[in-house]
This record gives sequence, C-alpha cells and structure tokens, in this order.
Amino acid sequence: MLRQTPRLKPLFAALAIGASVFAGPAAQAANEQYFPLQSYRIGPYAAGGTGFFGGFIDYLQLVNNRDKGVNGVKLTWSECETEYVVEKGVECYERLKKGLNGAPAAATNPLSVGIAYATLERSTADRIPLITINHGRTDSTDGSVFPYAFPLQLNPYSEVSAIINYIGQKYGSLDKLKGKKIVTLYHGSPYGKETIPVLDILAKKYGFEVTHIEVPHPGNEQQSQWLNIRRIKPDYVILRGWGVMNPVALKTAQKTGYPIDHIIGNIWSNSEDDAEPAGDAAKGYISITTHPSGTNFEVLKEIDKTVVKAGKGNLKDPKGFGSVYYNLGVVNGILNVEAVRVAQAKFGKRPLTGEEVRWGFENISIDDKRLKELGATGLLQKLKLSCADHEGGGSVRFQQWDGKKWNVISDWVQADRALLRPIIEKSAAEYAKEKGITPRTCTKES
Amino acid sequence: MFFSEAGQFSTSYAADRRILRLRQERGVVWAILGVALLVVPFVGNDYWFSAILVPFLVLSLAGLGLNLLTGYAGQLSLGSAAFMAVGAFAAYNFLLRLPGLPLLAGFVLGGLVAAVVGVFFGLPSRRIKGFYLIVATLAAQFFVQWVFTQYGWFSNFNSSGVISAPPLLVGGYDFSDPAGRYVLTLLVVAALTALAYRLVRSDLGRNWMAVRDMDTAAAVIGIPVFKTKLLAFAISSFYLGVAGALWAFTYLGTVEPHGFDLTRSFQVLFIIIIGGMGSILGNFIGAAFIVLLPVLLSNLGGSLLVGIIDVEQTENLQKIIFGVLIIAFLIREPDGLASLWQKLRARARLWPLRH
Repeated sequence: MLRQTPRLKPLFAALAIGASVFAGPAAQAANEQYFPLQSYRIGPYAAGGTGFFGGFIDYLQLVNNRDKGVNGVKLTWSECETEYVVEKGVECYERLKKGLNGAPAAATNPLSVGIAYATLERSTADRIPLITINHGRTDSTDGSVFPYAFPLQLNPYSEVSAIINYIGQKYGSLDKLKGKKIVTLYHGSPYGKETIPVLDILAKKYGFEVTHIEVPHPGNEQQSQWLNIRRIKPDYVILRGWGVMNPVALKTAQKTGYPIDHIIGNIWSNSEDDAEPAGDAAKGYISITTHPSGTNFEVLKEIDKTVVKAGKGNLKDPKGFGSVYYNLGVVNGILNVEAVRVAQAKFGKRPLTGEEVRWGFENISIDDKRLKELGATGLLQKLKLSCADHEGGGSVRFQQWDGKKWNVISDWVQADRALLRPIIEKSAAEYAKEKGITPRTCTKES
Repeated sequence: MFFSEAGQFSTSYAADRRILRLRQERGVVWAILGVALLVVPFVGNDYWFSAILVPFLVLSLAGLGLNLLTGYAGQLSLGSAAFMAVGAFAAYNFLLRLPGLPLLAGFVLGGLVAAVVGVFFGLPSRRIKGFYLIVATLAAQFFVQWVFTQYGWFSNFNSSGVISAPPLLVGGYDFSDPAGRYVLTLLVVAALTALAYRLVRSDLGRNWMAVRDMDTAAAVIGIPVFKTKLLAFAISSFYLGVAGALWAFTYLGTVEPHGFDLTRSFQVLFIIIIGGMGSILGNFIGAAFIVLLPVLLSNLGGSLLVGIIDVEQTENLQKIIFGVLIIAFLIREPDGLASLWQKLRARARLWPLRH
C-alpha cells in the first residue's frame, strides 16, 4: 500500500499548480492601467487578429516608452486567445476582467461580433466598456440604452449609408440614383444580414432597386450568385464579405465578366488579405475604409522608431506593418488611450475603473488640432462622442486596389446619420423593452 | 474498507433496485450535491461560475442526451448541436410570445419541440444504421441551422439574427447573477440526471441496450425495435434541447444559429467517447475533460510560458498537448474515463485487504 504513495506526488504537484493558476495573481496596488486583450492569433481569422492586436499593442508600447504612460500611469496588458470562438471569448472575458496585479481593466476590445454580443450584458453588469470599433450591434450607438457599448467610428448602418452616398456622388447627386440597380452580396451570417433593413429603407427613399443575394458561409463557391448578378446587370455591387468569401467573389466576378471597379467592398472586405489572393482579378476593386493603410503617418513613424526598430514590435512578419488591420489596431489604441486621458482629466491622474473610463469614451472629442498632436492626421477621422452617441464619426474614405496596394481615391464621405438615428433609436427602445432596461436621460449626464 | 458492502442487505425488491444501493454511494452523492448547492455558490467567484462551472454542467447534460441515444440505444448521431439549437430557439420563442410563461416551463417546452424534431430526423433509423445514420443526422445539423438563419421569425426579426435571453426569474427569484445562473443550471442538470439514471434502468433502458447490442435478436424476443429507437431519439433530443436552452439562457445569454454548428456536435460526441459510452457518470467526466483541460492549459500557458515562447506557439502547443492527452487516454482506456473510475472503485472495495 505504501508503494502507492509516491505515485500520488506528481498528482498533488499538478493540483497545486492548477490551484495557484486558477487563484490568479495576488492583488497589489500598482500605478498601472490594464487592457484585457481577447486576441486571436490562430484559427481561420488569424490574419485579422494578429494585425489588429499587433497594432494595438505596439501603440500601447509607444505610449509607455515615449510618454512614460498616460500622465505617469503605465499601460499594461495581457492576452488571452479566443480563436474568434464565442465561448473562448467569454472565458477570456471572465478571466481578465478583474485586472492584472491590481491594475484595473479599462475596456475590452474583442474584435468579434459574436463575442461582443455574448459579453454585452456582462460588460454592462461589470461596468467595463465594450469597444467594437467599426462593427458591433448597430443600435448600441444609442448610449442611453447601451451605456457600456461603443461601436466607435462606424456602425454597420452608417457604413451602408456612406457607400450609397458615394455611389450618389459618382452619378452627380443622390437624386440620380433613381432607377439604378444595386446588388448586395452578403455573407450568410448575423454580420452579413445586419444591413438588409436599412438598405431597403434607403432604396425606397432614393428610388433605386436593391437585390440581396446571400452567399452561404464560408463562401468559396459563388458561381450561381454571380450568374444571377450578370442576369440582373446591376450598376453597382456592394460586397459584404468576410474572409475567403472576398477573393472568391472578385475572381468569380472577373470570370462572369462583371466590371471589378463597380464592386464596392465594405469594412470587412477592405484588407490586403481580401484583395491580394485574387491576383489580377482584384485590380480596380474599390472598398471603404475608416483609415488608410500605409506607414506615412506621424504616429506610425514613431512606432517604427521607438518600438519596431528597438526590436519590441509585436508583429513577427514586418510586412504587416502599416496594413489595414494593423492600422485599425493603432487607431483603436489611440482611441482607448484617449479615453483614459480624457477620464484622467476629470477623475485624477491614477488608474481608473471601467466606469470612469466609460465617461472618458463618452467625452472623447478629437478635432483637427488634436489629430495633429496625436500624429494621426489622415489616419483617424474627427470624432466626437457623447452619452447619446457612442459612434461619433460615421465617415469613411474609399480606396482602390492597384494590384499591389490600396490607394485612397476619395475624401471623407459622411453617412446620413440624421436619417439613421430614428431607426437606431427605435431598435434600441425595443431592446430596452425586451430586457426591462430604463434608458438613462442623457441631458442629465455631466 | 470505505466501500465495503458487508452488512448491507436488501430486504425487498424495491431496495435492491434502487439506483444507489450502497450507503456509501448515497452518502457521496448527497455530499457532492450538498457542497455544490450550499457551499460552492458562496465561495466561488464569477470566473468559476460563468466560465467553467456553467459550461461544464450544460455540456455534461448535452453529453448525457447524446449518450442515451448513442451509448445506450446504439444510434450514432451528429445532430446534437441541431437539437440544442431547436431547444434554445423554441424556449426563446415560447417565453417571448407567451408572456407570463414560467422560465422552467419554457425550458420544458423547448425540450419537447426538440424531441419532436429529433423524432422526425430519427425516422430514417428504421432502415439505416451505423455510419449511414450519421449522414441522416448530419442533415439535421445543416437543415436546422439554415432554417434559423433563413427565417427571421425565429429570432424575432432581430436584424442580425441573434437572440438574447430574458431575465432569469424563477418563482419570483432572480437568478441572473453568476452564482444564480450556476445554481439554476445545477438544479436542472441534477434533476434530469436523476431522471436519466432511472430511465436507463427501466424497461425502456433495457430495450435500448438490447437494440444496441443486436437489433435482430431484440426484434426476435419481441422488443418493438423502431418504436424503441424513436423513443431514444425523442428523449435524447429532449435532453439536448434543454441543454441548448441552458446554453443560451444561463451560459452565454445570447445565441446565434452559428453557435450550434457542426463543431459543437463533435464536441458533444467527444465528450461521450472520452467520458465513456453507456455511462452516465462518464458524461460529467468527459465534459470536465473537454471544458477544464483547455482552460487549465491556457492558464498554465499564460502564466508559465509568457516571454519564453511566442503567443502563437503556446496556443498551438496547447492544442498538441490536448490532442496527445486524448490519444493517450483512449489508448490506455478505450472504454472512456468512466471505466477507469469503475476499476478504481473495484480496487477501493477490496482495499486494504486484497487477499
């Protein structure tokens, strides 16, 4: 019987390690602000995750190295791999939300619609802002019902509205859209379907004809959809793709003889990884973007100098530096840090709670002067958020693929936000009713 | 010593047929339940409740559902996630469209609708079995997902097709906080597990096992084979439906059809293969393995390996370790972890006087 005891030792050791791991680090006061990163660097969407979180982390490093943090408060972060899977994202959220070594969590940035939906209520209960830059739930723009959700810069409705405005500009004015035909080719998922109702509303308003064509996930076979498009002969095709669906759409368009420069890609069809695999077929492809790719911005030059050249860059493949996803990560970093800075001005120069950072997000106001200070002129749009408006910008630019890189071909095009606001408010009100939420009164917020 | 049966006699058939015949077994089970219900809710933290215990319990229940069908009745299925989805969406719609319907009644109705769908997709089992039946259930997997994405009615015309759970009120108590969600899940899972224990020892359970072991022989001795198979599909789908409703309501709080894709079906299948086919305890062990081990590995990787190896590498390393462990366990114990437990118990009964 005694013979058996030594065998148990490794087991106990394993249990002890396990217990200490689950117990988490002991809390201690630190002058640090923590960013919990639900990142994804493996799996089918690794390209997007690696670029985005690489840019985000590099910007945080820049702030730490160049400015010694925000007003002396160092930024810290840790990663948890989600693989873009909802349950893993929830697990990561619960694991990281308490902060790190006593540094409180500022905001979560899952970069996944599914994870954002699943952590929406948790974020509200835990009072930690949930940032869904350029994506997310459209009606969470209404901050009176969704106090902790921020679809920064561009929600899905604004995105579509801006595309229609751009097409209108091409024809001279929006009235000229009358009688035109537009097809949307969308990814068969909640993300893809999100804009169907608003497109129908816009079609009715401007008198164009819209046809919605679904591409089932993952979208690597689109022959029948494009034959259908050829039959309809639309003036423009809006591509709401994701992942492999985008290059396949471009290649099939070429095969069926549809002019590539009349396809307009949305915000998740706009990266190098969407156009490059299509080869020649992508030449002339137009897509929207909230931020140009490239490295010709002050802030990117500084990241290159202080972080990348110092060998601390987060990207393993230097080719990703300045890519669409990387720059989105930098933009996201700028906005997160700006929120912390704004909140520090009100609450004091110390690590802040999620609730205080939320106030910071709601009071972000970035004008041309501030853009210049941040070194983000041309990279970031002017942005003003408020209690009622958690989106802020709503402008995009258009870029065209020349076979090697994206070139910006338009100035900022603004979404018709006044038109969209009542639709968003109605949807948010329905959510509030279903959930039994009493909306905040935004006029009373300070 | 601790598991000695000496001196425990059954004096009636009822006593001999009870699920936990030994005093020690009863003691252990009640102790575990007692701790889980009365101690854990007060000492656990949010992370344990929301990220570990609730998914563990829900997946155990899903495994139990599939195990009734595959482990006991011998019908292979890859449609588990589809039946979970039906349960989740049905429960959501009942609760949405019938105001005042109690939450638990919603779960039951969701389970019943899943049972009906399960019977429908079980019809081919009259003619086909084995791997061919897998193909039929696979159809359920794709069909159900397609219906829920195609028709907005199921998600109350939410533009993105994602449903979100209503507040969790049972008998006037709000179970919405993490500990409450855990307790609610635990109670439902415990009740259904007790029911399953009784089921597999009833006539129906015996019929299932007869059909599983040899359906021709079962038909010869007068067991209605087709009806037995359909009942297996119905009851299994009921369990899966309730599991799906719990997944949507108490775990994630929101659910989209893609949350119940083929991967989830495989996950449930792995739970019963690793845990043990034809065992009820096995579902819990298997679910613990599938839920806890990756979390433990990822925590370990996060705290021990940071800075030594790249983040991407650690993630892939975890997958490799997890896969190797599965292979190792299956080589060592092809009947699943539950049989390992059985062997341990058999030894414990003799201990310390082996001879």
